[in-house]
Amino acid sequence: MSTAHQSWAKRNRMTLTPLLFLLPGILFFAAYVIIPIFQSFNISLYEWDGLGEATYVGTRNYEELLTDRNFEISLWNNVKWLVLYLLAIPAGLFIALFLNQTVFGIRLYKSLFFFPFVISQVVVGLVFSWFYLPREGLLNAVLTTLGMDTINVLGDPTLATYGIIAAGLWPQTAYCMILYLTGLNAVDPEQVEAGRLDGAKGLKMLWYVILPQLRPATFIAFVVTIIGALRSFDLISIMTNGGPFGSTRVLSFYMFEKALSEYGFRMGYGSAIAVVLFFIMLFFIAYFLWSMYREERQSRH
Amino acid sequence: MLKKFASVAGALALSTALVTPAMAELSGKLRIISDMSNPAPRAIMEGLAADFDAMHPGLEVEVEIVDREAWKSQIRNALTANSPDVINWYAANRMGPYVNAGLFEDISDMYANGDLPGLDSVKGAMTLDGKQYGVPYTYYQWGIYYREDIFKELGLSEPATFDEEMANCAKILESGRKCYTIGSKFLWTAGGWFDYMNMRTNGFDFHMKLATGEASWTSDEVRETFANWRKLIDMGAFIDDHQTYSWQEALPFMVKGEAAAYLMGNFVVPHLREGGMTDDQIDFYQFPKIADVPMGEDAPTDTFHIASGAQNKEAARAFLQYVTSPDVQTKINGPEGLGQLPVNAGSSVADDEFITQGFDMLSNNATGGIAQFFDRDFPAEMASIGMEGLQEFMVFPDNLDDILNRLESARERIYK
Repeated sequence: MSTAHQSWAKRNRMTLTPLLFLLPGILFFAAYVIIPIFQSFNISLYEWDGLGEATYVGTRNYEELLTDRNFEISLWNNVKWLVLYLLAIPAGLFIALFLNQTVFGIRLYKSLFFFPFVISQVVVGLVFSWFYLPREGLLNAVLTTLGMDTINVLGDPTLATYGIIAAGLWPQTAYCMILYLTGLNAVDPEQVEAGRLDGAKGLKMLWYVILPQLRPATFIAFVVTIIGALRSFDLISIMTNGGPFGSTRVLSFYMFEKALSEYGFRMGYGSAIAVVLFFIMLFFIAYFLWSMYREERQSRH
Repeated sequence: MLKKFASVAGALALSTALVTPAMAELSGKLRIISDMSNPAPRAIMEGLAADFDAMHPGLEVEVEIVDREAWKSQIRNALTANSPDVINWYAANRMGPYVNAGLFEDISDMYANGDLPGLDSVKGAMTLDGKQYGVPYTYYQWGIYYREDIFKELGLSEPATFDEEMANCAKILESGRKCYTIGSKFLWTAGGWFDYMNMRTNGFDFHMKLATGEASWTSDEVRETFANWRKLIDMGAFIDDHQTYSWQEALPFMVKGEAAAYLMGNFVVPHLREGGMTDDQIDFYQFPKIADVPMGEDAPTDTFHIASGAQNKEAARAFLQYVTSPDVQTKINGPEGLGQLPVNAGSSVADDEFITQGFDMLSNNATGGIAQFFDRDFPAEMASIGMEGLQEFMVFPDNLDDILNRLESARERIYK
């Protein structure tokens, strides 16, 4: 009996061992990620303050979302973040190309450009909110010396979101830059040489020779930028706290406000927002997974 | 930590023994979670616990101090999982969710059988549906804190009516200053302005009807409130770009003399003094009369409650009695302590120009009634949507119709 058991384990050890190693990770991932996702789906169908009895309301939370102007504003702000945050990729590429040369002290310049990514988002937010201050801020000091009117970026509902995105682009550009710098190290000099012999230079060289070789870097930059745009919570919280009058909220911030902040505790409604946000993220994640899968298959064949 | 206070505690134990009714010796452990996290209140809380600990040799008092802002969301977890015996919170509607969920202990019997003498005047703020759920330990007045030296320089006196207020303001503006500083980034400061404009225009009772959802946001009364408020906004009475500042960031305008006054709670005084203002430079007056209605005042009350899941309710009740006893009240609200108003009628009020003025105002000239504050009287969700609308109104007064319609539809949804 015991030998039979042993031999079964032995026979299957190539399957069992990885499963055993994966088990703790799978358990934690299930407990902290997978199961809560389904719990959110479930809670979004209830009216619940987190304390008392939850009452089942069907899709009413979602119906309310459709008419909620703050939700609409948050959704549009998410779109603005997603689109404008992508500017970090070309900006990062530009700086990387610019820094990819051997002159005296280039390491220092590179680390200076990388610096904003190292400091915390909260500090970035604070620095930029001081930069934007209506009276003492550097931005308005510059505008005044140029003879222009001062602006209160974070106090103006039409400008505030762009102001925060600009603050977010600063560290994100540095991140993309470092990705491209490593990518540029791997560019094959022979191909560049061959391209040059065929008369390619400038933009043509960049587009047809360099960029295709940077595809892995571009892919990663794209992924981290999209994720960064969807995680914009801390900058918003520190710079405007969602204001003025809710004009800079994004979905994650609105969800937090509705479900967990001082005046919130509408767990059902917050979960409904979370579900919407989840599907937006799922769309991108699915796309990333699919393109990674496709790439792996191509490289295998 | 506890030893440091032992000598003070001995003296206090003697004095409080006279007012605390005799009871069986307390034993076990008393767990308190407090949100008194600012330096001065923190010392008070730790002192209270140490003194109470020293008074009852058989009892071990354990205090955990939580950041005041963080506590506003942590209280839920604290009360539902491994609940402590005594906690801090706020009076009036803010107790609602916890009372409804059965997480606060009903202590009506303590009020009924005379265990809490001297608290009759504040009992109302602790009452929901005819029952009492905690005790207050401090409260403070709101009003207009102003630069006395600027008023003197311009020959102004404290206004009693809104017309005088506006006449004063016109002169202040003429002198190149703003009338009021305010920082509305975190919204609630705008709630203070609305409280006063509405209580003065329509009276305390209407204000409470609005808070409880009985009155409409699109009613003529509310519109009149905003029309009065708009008179000040159109004059340019408030500092520019206030939506970018927190209430602390708005303080320098007053300290530097760029704005003459600040509608604020009494907790602003230590900040002004730290900013280098002497008591000759700052003074206080009650928000002036607008319509002929009894004056209502904002006086937010901070409280202690017993969790219904408490392990040591006997000790918790004794602690509540101890905190509200006249001597302890005098001590913790004194100038060395919180610098606010004691809740017990038998306590004496600190000899401080602002505290005595506030006490006088609330005892003699708040005949309309005492409100807690916009975000404590209105249900949480209404308060948050409301204050956002108030901030928008202060920046774009022309959006008023849109704002009021939005608040009205929120009202219809929230008070079902």
